[in-house]
Amino acid sequence: MARSKEPIVWALFGAGGMVAALFGPILIFLLGIAASTGLLGAAEMFSYAHMRELASYPLVRIVLFGIISLPMWHWAHRFRYILVDLGLRSIRLLVVVACYGTALALTAAAALVLWQL
Amino acid sequence: MLPKRAMSWSEYMTLKRGAYRVFMLREVSSLFNALYMVFLIVMLHDLRGPKADYDAFLALLWSPAMIPLHAVAFAFALLHTITFFNAMGKAIVIRSGEERISEGGMAVPAYAAWVVATLFVVWFLGHG
Amino acid sequence: MANEPKETVKLEVFRWHPEKGGEPSFQSYEVPFHKDWVVLDALNHIKDTIDGSLTYRWSCRMGVCGSCGMMVNGVPKLTCAAFLRDYHPETIRVEPLANFPVERDLVINLEDFLKKLSSVYPWIHREKTDSLAQELRQTPKQLATFKQFSMCINCMLCYAACPIYGHGEDVIGPAALSLARRYNLDSRDQATEKRKDVVYSEHGIWDCTFVGECSTVCPKHVDPAGAIQQSKVEATNEFMLGPFYPRGKR
Repeated sequence: MARSKEPIVWALFGAGGMVAALFGPILIFLLGIAASTGLLGAAEMFSYAHMRELASYPLVRIVLFGIISLPMWHWAHRFRYILVDLGLRSIRLLVVVACYGTALALTAAAALVLWQL
Repeated sequence: MLPKRAMSWSEYMTLKRGAYRVFMLREVSSLFNALYMVFLIVMLHDLRGPKADYDAFLALLWSPAMIPLHAVAFAFALLHTITFFNAMGKAIVIRSGEERISEGGMAVPAYAAWVVATLFVVWFLGHG
Repeated sequence: MANEPKETVKLEVFRWHPEKGGEPSFQSYEVPFHKDWVVLDALNHIKDTIDGSLTYRWSCRMGVCGSCGMMVNGVPKLTCAAFLRDYHPETIRVEPLANFPVERDLVINLEDFLKKLSSVYPWIHREKTDSLAQELRQTPKQLATFKQFSMCINCMLCYAACPIYGHGEDVIGPAALSLARRYNLDSRDQATEKRKDVVYSEHGIWDCTFVGECSTVCPKHVDPAGAIQQSKVEATNEFMLGPFYPRGKR
C-alpha cells in the first residue's frame, strides 16, 4: 500500500486549527459582537484610518497573511471530509479539488490584497 | 447473510447520541472562523479604496440583523478552540519516565497561549 | 428457580435466521429483573428457558474475551458489562453489532475485521531468528510506551461505533490501527516500516476524522482515537523531515 500524501494538507489543517483556536474567538468577538454593539470602543479599532496605519507595517501584513489564510485550509480539510462522508464519495476527487481549490484561491486573494496595500 | 447495517449520517447528526452531534457541530465551526477571515480580506481590499466604500462594508457587517450571526459565530469559535485543544491533548504524548503526563497537560500551555494571543490582539488593535 | 424476583424487564431482540430468510424482526421477551444481572445473563435466561433458537456469541462473561459485543439501545456494548439495572424499567433493545454483516440473530460476520487486523502484521517481527538462549529484554519505560494499546480484546465495539468504517469499504479501522501502533512502539519489534506502509495509506489513519466514538465505547480504555491521531502526528513529522526523521526504536 502506498503511503498517502495526506500529511501536506493535514499539516495545514493543524496549523490552521491552531491559528483559528488562538485568534478566532477574540477576532470574532471584537469585529462582530463588540463593534456592532458599541462595546470596548471596538468600532474604533477597525476604523479606516487606524487599519491603514496598522497595515502599513510589512510585519503586520505578513502576520495577517498567516492568520487569515491558515484557517481557510482548516475549513477546507474539514469541509472536504464532511462532504465525502455525507455521501459524496463517488465524486470525492471533485470535492477535494473544490475544497482545497477554494482555500488556495482565498489564500491567493489574501496575499494579493495584502501585497497591494 | 444480511448486509452490514450502518447508521446514516443524518441519523448520526440528529439522534442516537450527542457525541456524533457534537462532532458535526465541531466540524461546522471551521466554517465560521473561515468566514470572518473572508470578512477581513474584504476589509483589507476596501482599505485601498475610498473611505466611503470601507465604511459601507462595516456598516453592513455591524447592522443589527448581523448580530445573531456574530453571536453564533463566536459560540462556534469557542467550540472550536475548546475541542481543538482537547484533541491536541490526545494527539501529542508527553512522557515523564513511565508516566504519561495527563491529557490535560497539553491543554494547559495551549490555553495559556490562547490567553496571551487574546490579550495581544486587544492590545494591538487598541493601542498598536 | 428459587427466589424468582417479581419484577421483570422486557428485552426486544433482533431475530433473523438465514434458512427462513425474509426481513429481520424483533422478538420481545420478559425476563426476571435481578439487580446483578447483565444483558448477557438475560440472553442466557431466554435461551435456557424461553427460546432455545436464539443465537449469539459469548464466552468469559467478564470482559476479557471480546465475544459478546452487541448493540444495546443503539450503543455498542459488551453484553457481559451492560447491567439490567441501568436500563430497567425501560425496554432493552438488543441488536447485532453495527457495521458488520449479520450471519444469524445476534451473530455477525467478522471476516472483514480479521482481514483488516492481519493487514497490519499484529505480531512481534524479528529480522533474523534470535538465539533461544536469551529472552528479548525490555525496560518498564519501554513497555509503558505501548502498554495501553496492547489491552485490546478485539471486541469490535470500536468498529461498530465508527461512522467512517460504517460507510467505507477499505477502512482499516480503530482496533487494527491501535494494534499497529502497539507493535510499532514495541522496542522488540522490527517491522515498523512495513506496518507504516499500511497505517499511512489512504484507508489507514487518513480516513479517520477523529469522531472519537471508538475511544468512548472501548471497554478496555485502549483509546484507539488517540493512537490514530498520534500516528497522524508521527506520519506528518516523518513526511516533513524526510531523511532527517529519527528512525529506530528508543
